Amino acid sequence: MTTTTLPDYDAAVAAFEPVIGLETHVELGTNTKMFCGCPTDFGGEPNTRVCPVCLGLPGALPVANKAAIEATIRIGLALNCSIATWCRFARKNYFYPDMPKNFQISQYDEPLCVDGYLDVEVDGRTVRIGIERVHLEEDTGKTLHVGGATGRIHGATESLVDYNRAGIPLVEIVTKPVPGAGALAPEIARAYVTELRDILRGLGVSDVRMEEGSLRCDVNTSLNRPGEEWGTRTETKNVNSLRSVERAVRSEIIRQAAVLESGGRIIQETRHFSEETGDTRPGRSKEEATDYRYFPEPDLVPLAPDPQWVEELRAALPEAPRVHRKRLQEAWGLSDLDMRSVVNAGAVELIEQTVAAGATAAAARKWWLGELARRANEDGIELSAVGATPAQVAELQTLVDGGKLNDKLARVVLEGVIAGEGSPTAVMEARGLAVVSDTGALTAAVDEAIAANPDVAAKVRDGKVAAAGALVGAVMKTTKGQADAKTVRELILERLGAN
Amino acid sequence: MSDLTRLTAVDIAKRISDGDVSAEEVTRAHLDRIAAVDGKVHAFLHVDADGAIAAAQAVDARRARGDELGPLAGVPVAVKDVLTTKNVPTTAGSKILEGWRPPYDSTVVERLRDAGTVILGKTNMDEFAMGSSTEYSAYGPTNNPWDLGRIPGGSGGGSAAAIAAYEAPLAIGTDTGGSIRQPGAVTGTVGSKPTYGGTSRYGLIAFSSSLDTPGPCARTVLDAALLHEVMAGHDWRDSTSIPQPVPPVVEAAKRGMTGDLTGVKLGLVTEFGTGEGAEPGVLAAFNDALAALTKLGAEIVEVSAPHFQYALPAYYLIAPSECSSNLARFDGVRYGLRVGDDGNRSLEEVMSLTREAGFGPEVKRRIMLGTYALSSGYYDAYYGQAQKVRTLITQDFNQAFEQVDVLVSPTTPFVAFPFGSRTSDPYQMYLADLFTIPTNLYGGPGISVPCGLSDGLPVGFQIMAPTMADDRMYRVAAALESAVGTLTPPSLEG
Repeated sequence: MTTTTLPDYDAAVAAFEPVIGLETHVELGTNTKMFCGCPTDFGGEPNTRVCPVCLGLPGALPVANKAAIEATIRIGLALNCSIATWCRFARKNYFYPDMPKNFQISQYDEPLCVDGYLDVEVDGRTVRIGIERVHLEEDTGKTLHVGGATGRIHGATESLVDYNRAGIPLVEIVTKPVPGAGALAPEIARAYVTELRDILRGLGVSDVRMEEGSLRCDVNTSLNRPGEEWGTRTETKNVNSLRSVERAVRSEIIRQAAVLESGGRIIQETRHFSEETGDTRPGRSKEEATDYRYFPEPDLVPLAPDPQWVEELRAALPEAPRVHRKRLQEAWGLSDLDMRSVVNAGAVELIEQTVAAGATAAAARKWWLGELARRANEDGIELSAVGATPAQVAELQTLVDGGKLNDKLARVVLEGVIAGEGSPTAVMEARGLAVVSDTGALTAAVDEAIAANPDVAAKVRDGKVAAAGALVGAVMKTTKGQADAKTVRELILERLGAN
Repeated sequence: MSDLTRLTAVDIAKRISDGDVSAEEVTRAHLDRIAAVDGKVHAFLHVDADGAIAAAQAVDARRARGDELGPLAGVPVAVKDVLTTKNVPTTAGSKILEGWRPPYDSTVVERLRDAGTVILGKTNMDEFAMGSSTEYSAYGPTNNPWDLGRIPGGSGGGSAAAIAAYEAPLAIGTDTGGSIRQPGAVTGTVGSKPTYGGTSRYGLIAFSSSLDTPGPCARTVLDAALLHEVMAGHDWRDSTSIPQPVPPVVEAAKRGMTGDLTGVKLGLVTEFGTGEGAEPGVLAAFNDALAALTKLGAEIVEVSAPHFQYALPAYYLIAPSECSSNLARFDGVRYGLRVGDDGNRSLEEVMSLTREAGFGPEVKRRIMLGTYALSSGYYDAYYGQAQKVRTLITQDFNQAFEQVDVLVSPTTPFVAFPFGSRTSDPYQMYLADLFTIPTNLYGGPGISVPCGLSDGLPVGFQIMAPTMADDRMYRVAAALESAVGTLTPPSLEG
């Protein structure tokens, strides 16, 4: 095996122009599955949320879920697409045990929504991502390979299939190729998925949880030298977080640049992103394209959304996340730069919810962009997955504002909250971290500190008030930081007659 | 032999309702008849004696309580083995589903139960309804009660033969290219294919989704109409089901029985008279029937349907294409046969071995045809082109129905043929459906009614009507029946 030296990222994007494209699958949050009445909630004992239709039993027939069609049209409208006045479902034929019928009901050359766009902001500029299509299909079941080392089918002794997920409505959103991204390609990819996620959440059509698979992203990447035709693309799957979207594009750009620099050629293939290593590994080759033998689904009648209904849906669309953010920025009194750091940290909604739970915008921003962002960064996780909820952060701030915690104690309490020890109040009480505000106990500590530091006390008595800091420090030490520094200082000055 | 098995469904229902006979007696008489003759006929793949008697007793109990009974309450029915029956074996005539007991009833079966009919069992058929003779059943052919050495038609030969042999007064069939009508023709019984979407496909093991249509089989037109009304009507579980009231077929049959067809225009398709055409004996019986209908006041008009000649090739692209996809689910993973799962073989190998062992030659032929026709690069030339032909055939029908009320033709070009005479040449077998296929491509209704004999074997007369005008064909069929009578096969005893 030959090893190629990977160029660094800057060298890669200096020599090559990346073209990216994104295919996003969104599990809709409808109550029932796409073509039957089975429930769609996540979890559940394997193969309990199934019926003849989603098991594909002989004779069973699909009936399209109107709520799913409505959600798809709303997604299309929010992405500035044209909505088809007439379209059909199609069968995508291939054999795989997680597909009960050995074909998937999807859409092929007649998608429900076409030709839209989504504007995203990266590094202060607006990039328009073209939307090729938005279509509706059914999800497959889940296969679990048991007994092998890798969890993959090779080497497994048994393969188990759970059809609970089979038939859950799935919307596929495909971008047009995005050229000209240059070095910003990874960030643009991430910004697109983030913006898309926010739009979908705003529409209330999905819980858009990447870690649970309700939002899945495949990233297409190719490189070409300036002035040359677009290169062969690879499709990277298993990209399960916003952070991974960015990392996957970046690592694929570096890998492809290395191959091309060493005179090799890129193979059109599916690759898998690894969270651990941060790089991509080859999956199945697409050199010989699978023939899915698409044809119109004869068990379903064509879809012909009433244009008036579509207009009603358009009129009822919620505020777009961009507009919403602009409004929040004004309400929070942030500069463009400050707002961008909030957006980049993925903190908009968290701060919004923290404010809704009673905190000031400044305090909420301080926690999320400070201590919590630091933690998320250290652990390499999304801010929203850091382990503290907006309500908990607001509660924490209330304790600070009420004088029950000082800043230092609050950080300790927050650690307890993140560690899952309970609400801030519960952590504070359980760990005995409340500020000591009993002046009786404090006075004793203050007197002790004065007695132990006669030189310093003399200086304070002489009017050198700044010297009181050393006494405050001594008190804090004996009270293990649980005293309120301001109260301590006042008490010291009072005892020494320096007021 | 019991008299009860010779009665029409109408008479059986009346006798039960009047208290002259119990539903259980009727059911037992038919079970006895099955026990006596099915060894020769082999119309049934599975007889559900316990289920049938329980259903009959339930009807008797309801009658004893004074409940109002429906028009077919207590009447036995045989069901083609392609429709699911809860907990009762359903094989579609294939080894790949041997032993499968569905966890649910098809809509048609559910409606039969709701109407108080008594399901006797499941009838034989060509595997997955692909064939015109039952010779492609994985469980051996059904023998024609008119001549046990001849085919009973197909794919629904079991249902037609069961009726002809007095094993059941009524049966359910499914018609994709003629699978109700052609067996009706060659067994001297009535077979009706309703408008596509007029009867629910939910629980019908799909062969070709855009063509499959469940329908009634009976010995008289009125019996067929009664069964039609019970089984038809909108079903939300089938998206292609038509949300309209069932055409008034019973009323139409009764009107036809008066023997008056004054003002009714019958269309003769010019193109059916050219090309391969029907054999002389069939043509003679057909022409006699035309003369009889003219006497009843009908007017014969010749109409052109220039694209009917492409119906057979279009059908043999569309139906196999859909079947190649519909039958993909039979892979040994979830239900039915599984072959080669010895712990050493890959999933693909087990799927492949299962399908190799589980499917018969005609099913494999059609899966291969369809897989090819849908392949990238061939789709437009085959499947796409066939769909265009389908549109043109629909236009032919629409134009014809501007001139006439119904179209008429022989049901099938030839009478029941001897076993083995057409299995070596698929095209010769496919010709059996030459006259029935256009209706399936169009989606309209068609009925076959006996019109006489040729060399001692039954000939069927086909009447085709516009979509959702099923009543028209029942009227003409009942009038023809009143003129030429029903046919009685030779005795199976001795």
